[in-house]
Amino acid sequence: MIDTGDIFSALTLTLELATVTTLVLLVLGTPLAWWLARSRSLFSDMVGTIVALPLVMPPTVLGFYLLIGLGPSGLGGLFGLRSLAFSFQGLVIGSVVYSLPFVVQPIRNAFEMVGDRPLEVAATLRASPLDRFFTVAIPLARSGFLTGTVLGFAHTVGEFGVVLMIGGNISGETRVLSIAIFDYVEQLRFADAHIVAGGMLVFSFLVILAMSRIGRRLGEIRP
Amino acid sequence: MTRGKSLSADAEPGGLDVALAGRRGDFTIDAAFAAPARGVTALFGPSGSGKTSILRAIAGLTRLDGRVLVAGQTWQDGSHFLPTHRRALGYVFQEASLFSHLTVDCNLVYGARRSTGGVDAAMRRQVIDLLSLDRLMSRAIADLSGGERQRVAIGRAILSRPRLLLMDEPLSGLDHRAKDEILPFLERLAASLDLPILYVSHDLAEIERLADRIVVIADGHVRASGPLNAALTDIGLGLVRDPRAAAVLPARVVSFSEEDGLAELDLGGQRVFVDGSGPEEIGLERRLRIVASDVSLARAPLAVSTILNILRVEILAIEPGGRADLAILLAVDGAPDLTFMAKVTRRSAARLSLAPGDRLHAQIKSVSLATSAMPRSR
Repeated sequence: MIDTGDIFSALTLTLELATVTTLVLLVLGTPLAWWLARSRSLFSDMVGTIVALPLVMPPTVLGFYLLIGLGPSGLGGLFGLRSLAFSFQGLVIGSVVYSLPFVVQPIRNAFEMVGDRPLEVAATLRASPLDRFFTVAIPLARSGFLTGTVLGFAHTVGEFGVVLMIGGNISGETRVLSIAIFDYVEQLRFADAHIVAGGMLVFSFLVILAMSRIGRRLGEIRP
Repeated sequence: MTRGKSLSADAEPGGLDVALAGRRGDFTIDAAFAAPARGVTALFGPSGSGKTSILRAIAGLTRLDGRVLVAGQTWQDGSHFLPTHRRALGYVFQEASLFSHLTVDCNLVYGARRSTGGVDAAMRRQVIDLLSLDRLMSRAIADLSGGERQRVAIGRAILSRPRLLLMDEPLSGLDHRAKDEILPFLERLAASLDLPILYVSHDLAEIERLADRIVVIADGHVRASGPLNAALTDIGLGLVRDPRAAAVLPARVVSFSEEDGLAELDLGGQRVFVDGSGPEEIGLERRLRIVASDVSLARAPLAVSTILNILRVEILAIEPGGRADLAILLAVDGAPDLTFMAKVTRRSAARLSLAPGDRLHAQIKSVSLATSAMPRSR
């Protein structure tokens, strides 16, 4: 009585959510990480703290505020909808907030490691600020981008509490793998739960192994 | 030799004219100087005197008030300020700072690609030859030695078509061997580049080899500026008090003796003999380094002596040196611009009753070439 179609739809939804979330995080997180790495103001310290909050807050707390924020008096109302919650877009927004520190922090650290000198050198070689950013800062911080991408993706795949709070459990719409496992266990479908749980265990193992291997390769070609 | 501020008299078309002021950390900078359109101008001073801050401000990397004019272009003045990437300069940092994510070749042309005119294949070839980069092109940045990295960094700066080359103690991070390896390249560079070079250093030996002019910096201010030898032999400036105090004079090689390996040089019409490298040097200009403590004075030439170099000189000035010493400023007879110092005890000076205007014979125990023996390539 293993329902492969059910698992498959949860799998594709999970991968889709993680991919979109990671891309959004890279686009938003890169300039944010750059600013946090280079600014020394109180304001940037406060923003840095807010970015790090999901690391320590219970996912249900975050999920609760997101549920309110995505509702009719929040983002949902802005888009003329009753709520953005219980939709794929809602899940993306929730995941972006929840996984933000996992992407921003490694990239920010990598930018800090690059330091001022390579950028000053590039400036003396006629590179404009944007040119320096793309041809010097980003390539030199590539290991941070790799770590951030992998962590952001893996963390989104693994999230549970936030999704449960704002996504509910709509098959094919918001039911991701971690929720599916919860469901299967509740329904005593242990065979299904085994397949998904085992798959995620292998996935997590491979992700971390690949990351350390690639990280070492990148480390080798640095001075 | 000019003292203090206001040196715009030295400024010339194509050259550099700088007047900068502002606070950096716990001291104030207030420096004005000029540099000619060609040749090496050394910014000399102890560490912490503000040399690097001045250089960085000329590059626009840090902001000081004032003006920077380069080759007739205003890089900054009271009303506008060009950011670093809009200033046509080459900057060689203390440590080579190559881009570790790029190949040697991509490093070399990084600036050239972004300069108006782009990468010129012939110019690239010329720089590779000038700095002997050929064998480095296929190597990874991480595998280059400190000296090799610095050579690539210098090539990268030159290829960006600068109108001003700024070098911030480019040798200070290197060991003695690497320094000796790079100095000849810097000498060739200085001779072949048609642009002003500002060279920051606290090492007088480097400056004696490379610089044509010197700006002496102390506590963020210009103490003196002018031709190198004028500063080296300026008693008031105090460089003379250094135990290794030397003068650097230009002389042309006129012949080379295969028999004993000595090159004969013309110094203001008189002859000087030094260790030579070969007949290919004939016709080239060399820098002679004369250490003040190696010079002794005599009323009459010694008939029998192992001292090879005896010059007819005139005393220009006598100043107190140390407690027992006097510093005697001499000019080569017939060439009043060629000045050097002799360190003489007060007792000897009194015995010979030395006085300005006296014509004497200066016996120089050792004369060496300040430059290396490498012939200039073009």
